[in-house]
Amino acid sequence: MSAMTSAKEAADAAPRVRRGRGAHPLARFLFRRILTAVLLAWGITLVTFVLTNLVPGDPVTANLGQRALGDPAIVAQWRAEHGLDKPLWEQYALHLRGLVQGDFGVSQQSHRPVAEDLAQFVPATLELAGAAIAVSLVLGVAFGVVAALRRDRLPDHVLRVLSLIGISVPTFWLALVAFYVFFYRLQITPGSGRVDPALGEAPAVTGLQTVDALIAGQWDVFVSAVGHLITPALVLALYTIGLLTRFTRSAVLEVLGQDYVRAARAKGLPGRVILFRYVLRSALVPVITVAGLAFGSLLSGTVLVEAIFAWPGVGQYAYKSATTLDLPAVMGVGLVVGVVYLVINLIVDVLYGVIDPRVRLQ
Amino acid sequence: MTLDITDLKVTIGGREILRGVDLSLQEGRVHGLAGESGSGKTMTGLAVLGLLPHGARATGRIALGERDLLTLPPRELNKVRGGEVAMVFQDPATSLHPMLSVGRQLTEHMRHHLKLDKREARARAVELLGKVRIPGAEEAYGRFPHQFSGGMRQRIAIAIALACSPRVLIADEPTTALDVTVQAGVLRLLRGLCDELGLAVLLVTHDLGVMSAIADEVSVMKDGLVVETGPRGKVLREPSHAYTRSLLDSLPGETA
Repeated sequence: MSAMTSAKEAADAAPRVRRGRGAHPLARFLFRRILTAVLLAWGITLVTFVLTNLVPGDPVTANLGQRALGDPAIVAQWRAEHGLDKPLWEQYALHLRGLVQGDFGVSQQSHRPVAEDLAQFVPATLELAGAAIAVSLVLGVAFGVVAALRRDRLPDHVLRVLSLIGISVPTFWLALVAFYVFFYRLQITPGSGRVDPALGEAPAVTGLQTVDALIAGQWDVFVSAVGHLITPALVLALYTIGLLTRFTRSAVLEVLGQDYVRAARAKGLPGRVILFRYVLRSALVPVITVAGLAFGSLLSGTVLVEAIFAWPGVGQYAYKSATTLDLPAVMGVGLVVGVVYLVINLIVDVLYGVIDPRVRLQ
Repeated sequence: MTLDITDLKVTIGGREILRGVDLSLQEGRVHGLAGESGSGKTMTGLAVLGLLPHGARATGRIALGERDLLTLPPRELNKVRGGEVAMVFQDPATSLHPMLSVGRQLTEHMRHHLKLDKREARARAVELLGKVRIPGAEEAYGRFPHQFSGGMRQRIAIAIALACSPRVLIADEPTTALDVTVQAGVLRLLRGLCDELGLAVLLVTHDLGVMSAIADEVSVMKDGLVVETGPRGKVLREPSHAYTRSLLDSLPGETA
């Protein structure tokens, strides 16, 4: 987040200095951003580790049965097995060394390596969240532009009410209603899960069901996977669509009043060139900022949506491991979510640089 | 080609901004339009290009050759904009798009109006940058507005305005936002281009010093009306209208 604000400030500051020809400004810009991201990733491991170990609650009581708890030898053995007898800093060092080697520890619940669990559940969530953010960007920006261009007329009023509804309706309620209406009553959408069980899943390559189906050339699986994806993704996206509609509308209105837009009109450029080249380019800067932030709330929204649509994603896994104090799994999920957030921020930063030369030419 | 404005009236939200303006621009002549803020100078310039703010209504006649710009269909008007009548705005820091390269902003309307291909447009853009005396025109082509000083940016804006060889140039306070030290250079450039290309220039300014430096004719506006018009020497030396006299009296030191 701090990287994002700094990029925005930089854009506002608009340095007037003339610079000599530096070596590949975009490459240097990218290198700096990636370096920051690596540092932040290390910070995330520290934070997830400390937070997980600070929670009140003993993983021993959560994982061992009543009888075993009575036997100090079993308890001690269990603690030693999971490294809980060592000092905290040593546990962290071990944890970090494991992470570098791709070892996230073993889940105390599933008795499988956490890395394996994550590899199974994370793609499902990424597919859901990715579809939702893609839909939000396309619809939110389109609605926002239409509302701004038809300001104070019917389309604007309708879109304003709709975006307000989108922002105010709780996701879990919407998920239940959508499931009831479209699946149970109208029977126009498929039920829960990622794909029709009768078809079976496509062989896993990326873990993204739609992509895997295309890779395997299984057209029927792809259609089924898209069908299963549509409702939960739309439910998840509704809030972000509303949010982006509002932000795009106000950003476009602000840019429309700029001198350079009037200057573009004075040049006799066609309306669509002015809209796409002059207006949207500037308006997208704040919209991208909001979209990046919204991705976070979208990820937390997946926990509820996954539960209702029985979507086998990381949200359900996180919930289960948190309630059983499965510390390796909790840390694994925390790290993955943190890194996803980091990557989103990195993408946002790079997009700033691509859109606005003042950011990358510093 | 001449531009004749007759009885131009503009109302915004029931308020009369222009109350019957008459103005005539000739080829190769700079027509200065003076007057205090709010007198309607800028509105007159914007009306010519049909760039009045939303909700504004304009009546009268703005004749470019045979055509009346006020009644021209939008498509035809868009061909006139940039193609036959071009405009330079007050502040080059805000009138150039900060995220588009100088080359892009110089060539896009050339390619649209003149149907030039990329290479031709680029060659002409570099030539134009040289003409407005941007040092290192080739290199400047790929740079962005924030990498230039204010005076250089206004020169670039002038190059953009001239790209499609317009016959009429409307310059709205083109030196107001610039340092005093670079104002003279930009004015000399405008005057030179007017003579060289036979442009009809409308120079909107509240600065009578600027006016006396390069204008051939001078008109003075007050409250949406032109109160005095004539050759520079006559208007500035023997003003007939009381308002012009008070404008001249308010100048510190020398005038004409």
